[in-house]
Amino acid sequence: MVSFRMNRRTLKVEDGTTVLEAARDAGIYIPTLCYHPALESVGACRLCMVELSHRGRTGHVAACVTPAVDGSTVKTDTPAVKRIRKTVLELLIARCPEVAILRELGERLGVGEPPYPLENEACLLCGICVRACREIVGAEAIGFAERGAASEVLPPFAVPSARCISCGTCTTVCPARTFELSKVDAVGTMHGDSDDVRTRKCVVCDEHYTSS
Amino acid sequence: MKSPSDRTSSRKSLPETDVCPELASLGFFKSQRLLALRHRGLLNPEEIDEYIALGGYAALPKALFDMTPEEIVDEVKTSGLRGRGGAGFPTGIKWELARNAESKSGSKYVVCNADEGDPGAFMDRSLLEADPHAVLEGMVIGARAMGASEGFVYVRDEYPHAVRMITRAIEQAEDYGLLGSDILGSDFDFRVSVVRGGGAFVCGEETALMASIEGREGRPRPRPPYPSQSGLWGCPTNINNVETWANIPCIVERGGEWYSGIGTKESKGTKIFSLVGKVVNTGLIEVPMGMTLREIVFDIGGGVPRGRKFKAVQSGGPSGGCIPESLIDLPVDYEELAKAGAIMGSGGLIVMDEDTCMVDLARYFVSFLEEESCGKCVPCREGIKRMREILTDIVEARGKEGDIERLEELAYAIKEASLCGLGKTAPNPVLTTIRYFRDEYESHVLHKRCPAKVCKAMIVYRVVPERCTGCQRCVQVCPVNAISGPRSQPHNVDLDKCIKCGACYEICKFDAIAGDAIYIE
Ligand SMILES: Cc1cc2nc3c(=O)[nH]c(=O)nc-3n(C[C@H](O)[C@H](O)[C@H](O)COP(=O)(O)O)c2cc1C
Ligand code: SF4
Ligand code: SF4
Ligand code: SF4
Ligand code: SF4
Ligand code: FES
Repeated sequence: MVSFRMNRRTLKVEDGTTVLEAARDAGIYIPTLCYHPALESVGACRLCMVELSHRGRTGHVAACVTPAVDGSTVKTDTPAVKRIRKTVLELLIARCPEVAILRELGERLGVGEPPYPLENEACLLCGICVRACREIVGAEAIGFAERGAASEVLPPFAVPSARCISCGTCTTVCPARTFELSKVDAVGTMHGDSDDVRTRKCVVCDEHYTSS
Repeated sequence: MKSPSDRTSSRKSLPETDVCPELASLGFFKSQRLLALRHRGLLNPEEIDEYIALGGYAALPKALFDMTPEEIVDEVKTSGLRGRGGAGFPTGIKWELARNAESKSGSKYVVCNADEGDPGAFMDRSLLEADPHAVLEGMVIGARAMGASEGFVYVRDEYPHAVRMITRAIEQAEDYGLLGSDILGSDFDFRVSVVRGGGAFVCGEETALMASIEGREGRPRPRPPYPSQSGLWGCPTNINNVETWANIPCIVERGGEWYSGIGTKESKGTKIFSLVGKVVNTGLIEVPMGMTLREIVFDIGGGVPRGRKFKAVQSGGPSGGCIPESLIDLPVDYEELAKAGAIMGSGGLIVMDEDTCMVDLARYFVSFLEEESCGKCVPCREGIKRMREILTDIVEARGKEGDIERLEELAYAIKEASLCGLGKTAPNPVLTTIRYFRDEYESHVLHKRCPAKVCKAMIVYRVVPERCTGCQRCVQVCPVNAISGPRSQPHNVDLDKCIKCGACYEICKFDAIAGDAIYIE
């Protein structure tokens, strides 16, 4: 068992519990975006930053990927934490001004129009779809292409992937609702940005799925 | 007897002649102290026998037969050696963590990080090319200390010669029984293979590097778990920089105590720097920790060429910091550099003279980092991009009041919230240039003037009639025929045609164009 302090409370959790899980169990709010309880956490959006003090050292960590440490102190609401969150959310809104979930978070955290020129991207690059396709579906049909701000979620080599089974998991989990998966006869769209994919008909359910 | 490691100092006693001075008596070499570069230029790296003849592979049997693995670790701890790849983590402590870590499958790995992504840095390449066996010997000793049976040298594919040298060194060491099974009859097995990286800067970051070795996309992951707990294929892994490894044989041979006698209180030994930029003598230098910037730039580097004035040094590569002239007496070690807002990094030192615009410099480094960001986390991916946009606006005369504060706000979040070291250090060039040269930023933003006369959008090339002799040299170099005028009479620049290439400014002998580039108000 691990015993540590969060804000003004003392929490006791199982070994290996993350700071975020501990906070959720205790009803303490920490905003998240790339976290999904069914998937491996990767610490990509950095909205869940909290202050962690341990053995005389204090710093900011991502709650979703940081295990709670015995004897440590976590603060979820300091001015510095709010300052970081604000910038991170502003950066995301500037990238995806149309994405509803960001505006909802903005309302809750008091973050309005970002001080940057707006872009109009549909995808937050949170990677939830990629992880779901790999970890839940086992298809590994999509991944990140390019790097930096040019990153995109695509099938390997941007060619429609024979591995996609058109299960629709990616569309369901996407917090930005970026994906469109249409099941037109013999053609499916695997990802918002990718080309159409030839599909084949399943002999059992009559649904179409992709194949090469 | 002095070993080759003290080459520079031992040669001082030799008689000097005026006709052909000893290398070691030249300013560039005089205050260098060669440990990692101890065999620089003395051996043919393709011949293992030459390395052995100079005393190489003497530390290995000592480590195998005269020392227990714990004693090796202790020796490295005593030496005070810290990682030369950037963060400066104490090597002995890292080795101890890896040594004590449990491996579920029984395997442990060591890795030599030769990714060297900093533009203008070439210390690791040079070590691998000139003395690959020193690195290899260090790795075998480390593997023995940590109980690893397999090692990797991760080197960028843009270093084909280094790849060849280290590959050949591995083959030769295997032939000699210095690598492979039952090394020197000690019952200890250790194999090394070379992995060639695609050259992404971020793949030098240890978790991205391991992902790349495993064949996955080179993106960093959060730590913990640290590589010493769970690294390659989930096994304890120890990653060290090329230069760190190259120091190991010296330490084992001559003792940690000896090594810790060199350097400063917290930073022991020597460090290789690649000294480049506006400095007379450029190249790789190896000096004891704690040498001042002044000694490095002026005594070794020979100062700034063409009588220009020294302005600053960028230490630690693109994500390092800019140290101004007022701090020229700073002793160079991990702590002092950090206090100045810079980092040791892997040892890049770029010297800048008065003709460097600090805002433009920050913009350059930030653009590099923007391109090299892996894109995984928001503050680094989106934040660095926004910093670059603001800096570009400033140098292109579109700066607005509040831009400097906006940069500071971004820098704070990027530093605090980024996932890996790339993002955490990316704001350094911006923060240090703002800290030491805020007036230059203000001049750009508020008055649309570039004091160093670099930012093209803010300068106009104009002939000063009183000084122009009408020699017509500028007419010849202007690529767009923007200058005209009769011979021997003052010329004129057609501002509509001028593309601000600066060629006339460079060529004019009479300072007719140069001195008085005027500014747009
Ligand atoms: C963006 C980034 C790039 C890095 N590049 C290198 C590199 O090229 N070479 C290197 O040795 N270490 C590099 N590092 C540091 C490594 O992550 C790691 O700390 C180092 O290899 C450990 O070896 P050391 O303890 O001997 O320094 C980099 C770190 C970051 C964050
Ligand atoms: S629809 Fe295709 S890409 Fe989406 S989760 Fe299923 S297999 Fe993966
Ligand atoms: S498509 Fe959706 S789930 Fe996938 S990375 Fe983009 S925002 Fe996240
Ligand atoms: S800090 Fe930059 S390089 Fe590091 S994980 Fe985040 S986006 Fe990638
Ligand atoms: S700056 Fe270049 S283009 Fe302009 S006048 Fe001089 S030489 Fe010609
Ligand atoms: S929720 Fe923790 S980094 Fe995204």
